Amino acid sequence: MDKVHNNKAWFLVIPVLVLVAFSAVIPLMTVVNYSVQDTFGNNVFFWAGSDWFEQVITSQRFYGALARSLTFSLVILLIEIPLGIFIALNMPRKGIGVPVCLVLMALPLLIPWNVVGTIWQVFGRADIGLLGYTLRSLGITYNYATNPTHAWLTIVIMDVWHWTSLVVLLCYAGLVSIPDAYYQAAKIDGASRWSVFRYIQLPKMSRVLLIAVLLRFMDSFMIYTEPFVVTGGGPGNATNFLSIDLVKIAIGQFDLGPAAAMSIIYFLIILALSWVFYTVMTNYGTERSR
Amino acid sequence: MIELKGVTKTVGAETHIHSVDLRFERGTLNVLLGPTLSGKTSLMRLMAGLDRPTSGTVHFDGKDVTGVSVQKRDVAMVYQQFINYPNMSVYENIASPMRVARVAKAVIDREVRKAAELLRLTPYLDRMPLSLSGGQQQRTALARAIVKNAGLVLLDEPLANLDYKLREELRAELPRIFAEAGTIFVYATTEPSEALLLGGNTAALSQGRVTQFGPTIDVYRMPADLITAQTFADPPLNTVAATKSGLRFTLGEGAELPVPDHLRALSDGSYTLAFHPHHLRLDAPGDGTPPLPGRVTITEITGSESFVHLFFQEESWVSLVHGICHFEPDEQIDVYIDPARLMAFDGHGRAALPPPALAA
Amino acid sequence: MARIDLNHIRHAYSANPKSDADYALKEVHHAWQDGGAYALLGPSGCGKTTLLNIISGLLRPSHGEILFNGVDVTQLSAEERNIAQVFQFPVVYDTMTVYDNLAFPLRNRGVPAPEIDRRVRETIEMIDLVDWTKRKARGLTADQKQKISLGRGLVRNDVNAILFDEPLTVIDPHLKWVLRSQLKKLHKRYGFTMVYVTHDQTEALTFADKVVVMYEGEIVQIGTPAELFERPRHTFVGYFIGSPGMNVLPVTLDGNRAHMGSHSIKLPDGLVVREGARTELGVRPEHVSLGREGIPIEVSKVEDIGRHRIVRARLEGQDIAVVVPEDGEVPADPKIVFQAGRINLYADSWRVEPRHGGA
Repeated sequence: MDKVHNNKAWFLVIPVLVLVAFSAVIPLMTVVNYSVQDTFGNNVFFWAGSDWFEQVITSQRFYGALARSLTFSLVILLIEIPLGIFIALNMPRKGIGVPVCLVLMALPLLIPWNVVGTIWQVFGRADIGLLGYTLRSLGITYNYATNPTHAWLTIVIMDVWHWTSLVVLLCYAGLVSIPDAYYQAAKIDGASRWSVFRYIQLPKMSRVLLIAVLLRFMDSFMIYTEPFVVTGGGPGNATNFLSIDLVKIAIGQFDLGPAAAMSIIYFLIILALSWVFYTVMTNYGTERSR
Repeated sequence: MIELKGVTKTVGAETHIHSVDLRFERGTLNVLLGPTLSGKTSLMRLMAGLDRPTSGTVHFDGKDVTGVSVQKRDVAMVYQQFINYPNMSVYENIASPMRVARVAKAVIDREVRKAAELLRLTPYLDRMPLSLSGGQQQRTALARAIVKNAGLVLLDEPLANLDYKLREELRAELPRIFAEAGTIFVYATTEPSEALLLGGNTAALSQGRVTQFGPTIDVYRMPADLITAQTFADPPLNTVAATKSGLRFTLGEGAELPVPDHLRALSDGSYTLAFHPHHLRLDAPGDGTPPLPGRVTITEITGSESFVHLFFQEESWVSLVHGICHFEPDEQIDVYIDPARLMAFDGHGRAALPPPALAA
Repeated sequence: MARIDLNHIRHAYSANPKSDADYALKEVHHAWQDGGAYALLGPSGCGKTTLLNIISGLLRPSHGEILFNGVDVTQLSAEERNIAQVFQFPVVYDTMTVYDNLAFPLRNRGVPAPEIDRRVRETIEMIDLVDWTKRKARGLTADQKQKISLGRGLVRNDVNAILFDEPLTVIDPHLKWVLRSQLKKLHKRYGFTMVYVTHDQTEALTFADKVVVMYEGEIVQIGTPAELFERPRHTFVGYFIGSPGMNVLPVTLDGNRAHMGSHSIKLPDGLVVREGARTELGVRPEHVSLGREGIPIEVSKVEDIGRHRIVRARLEGQDIAVVVPEDGEVPADPKIVFQAGRINLYADSWRVEPRHGGA
């Protein structure tokens, strides 16, 4: 739809454009700059061409981190999406329960990332944390700082605790928009609980579900703060995700060139995957409106 | 006066409005009549300035307002859904456009009471809209559109969500309300009977084109083409292919009909003949009109009238007659077309000759 | 198909109804004959949808019981009652094909596959969607979707009744005609018990053999279309059926003459009215003749609606409508005559039934 345009609106956008330029465009160009040059300090730069890119895409370390990140995203999507749907289906549709549930669901979303990390870091500690202490007193050895499986479990559970609510809220919005007549018709048709889900609720939720998947994928693929606070990428390289590895290379080792090349590759992966999601979603949309 | 000049609207690959020229004068009621997706709402959005035409221009009182946004145009709109502010009383709802325009308190009060009187809302001014019936809610929305005193009031199927009887009552009242307001009213509807009750002018729409525009009753009686005639027929128009040769029409496969006086001037050839269901009679008129054989499919009775659905050869026809008829399915009956009411359309669907009413 | 008995049904949406006003449905005691086509007609809020949902089992009545073929089904769910329902907005399973939509209720009931195939094909034929069999339901038009909703009921050939809740609301006018007559044809051919809820008199009258007119939670009249039109039991029925509705004119009685101001009208013999009752004449606009003889009226407006004209006029301070045929004329000094035998007399809004020997 091309609406009637009011050109004055552009003036209102200028502050944001300036802000975006400083916070996104200029840093991005700096990164591009770094990725094709080498420096030995003193602001002296040498042209390095595609060397850094070659170094990154041939390194085992990069593929290790990429594999860990993709695995993590896959695992949390496989848990959060079904769990979110399940909770949304079981939430009340009317009465006093609705606002109560909605507020409870929204709570984890309101907590800052680093606080979430700290909460779980403390929660899981065997000496002072409620979870860690309880498990130890039950005779279960649990230590996320030394056991890679425990570290993964902690981070996955933390992410599920933090973000399933988002999926729930999106699905719930999709569910409440289904008119009563659909459920009544299904009852009359003798549909089972599963059929109602499969043929009424799931199709009506599919659009919001795609948005949920997209958001959760991008967020989890870029996860940094929480594992950084809890495990710092350890033990060993067990939770060394792309984002954490990137910071280690850039700040820890001060290898700005490879780090810049890596972040550009990282950016392109996210862009490509988001584009795939976007295409799927819009294709789905046009098919619907026919 | 609002004028659309060669307005076209395309969205993606689809053309919603095809080169429409229309001109509505101040103080008139104009009906946009057409089925769902014929372009009524698109046209209204263009008039309101909610959308910008792909090509063509929109003029208001002679000024080109094509690119002007809706906020700066002098328009009010009423929708099919009853849209009121739920947390304001009926009084405040009606007063709201004047409050926005910073009209003096005393003037607001006078105008609100006047509009409430006109729309029979006086007893409900202190009530909340959601505690009112659908008809009263829609009256509130109408009152708000009227006090805005806009140069153009657009009504998009405003009665579609109301009960049949309420619709009938409001329909009868609307022309009076419109006459008192003195602005341009544009009223979209899918129902021919609504257009006829409202009167005024009608623009018949089909697939994004205006097929005819003129005084409502003239468009009904003298459709310029077959599509307009069909758009403007409820119950549906009866049609049959016919060949004229001399003073005889040959209908479909064999039946014959003398050419009525008003169609004598037609040259010989193929035509589509059309007539309204109430011009298809079951009793012989006694003026020599020959009977046509019909096979009944179903009879519907409304209490005072009967709709007899029947097949004439391969054509599905409806006869609307006074009184109560009981026919069994597949019963063979004789039917008579009122010759004076026959309309003829050429191969392109255009009226072959002006119908009798025009000549009279 | 079944005969459906409603025994003293009352329903209130609130938990503890105190007065009559709390009941959405005051008292309905009625039987629907096996294979009948019924319409429930009334304005919004008259309780017609409540009654329909009670029959279908989507709602349990506060009082009373429902019998299907003599068996009490009051406590049974919608599915157990084995009925079909078509809703106001078409309900289709978007992701399924037309075929699968129709097969769905049968598959849910574990009908063997060859039987499903036979019945689905038969039904698709009935609802005239053969060319669309393999299409996804999502892309269809509103009337096609509504046909699918209907088809899902028809495909179960053992249903006790098919219920319709304002099924033509979202359909364009000329398609309404097509769907309605198709429905009527199906009823004639297969003899389903059908109950059709609507606020649209044309739909109700053309569809049903018997129309049930409801008003404020009560049934005010049950009758054939002709009875409702010619002898409305209550002035509400007279007003609600017919467009425009019946003219209702306050009169005073003097023997068998009714007086309106200086005019007097002869009434049929045998009408007895209780002393002190409020009396009104009810005459259909179609039953008023306009001419040069009779009672003078003051014409305020003439509405030309194509196939006839409606003359709106004042008579002794009362509004009156007269229907004039397409080619009839409106004289300069118009006078009206009420057609003999078409005059109804109302006492306190209820029709005064003539004693034997009367008209």
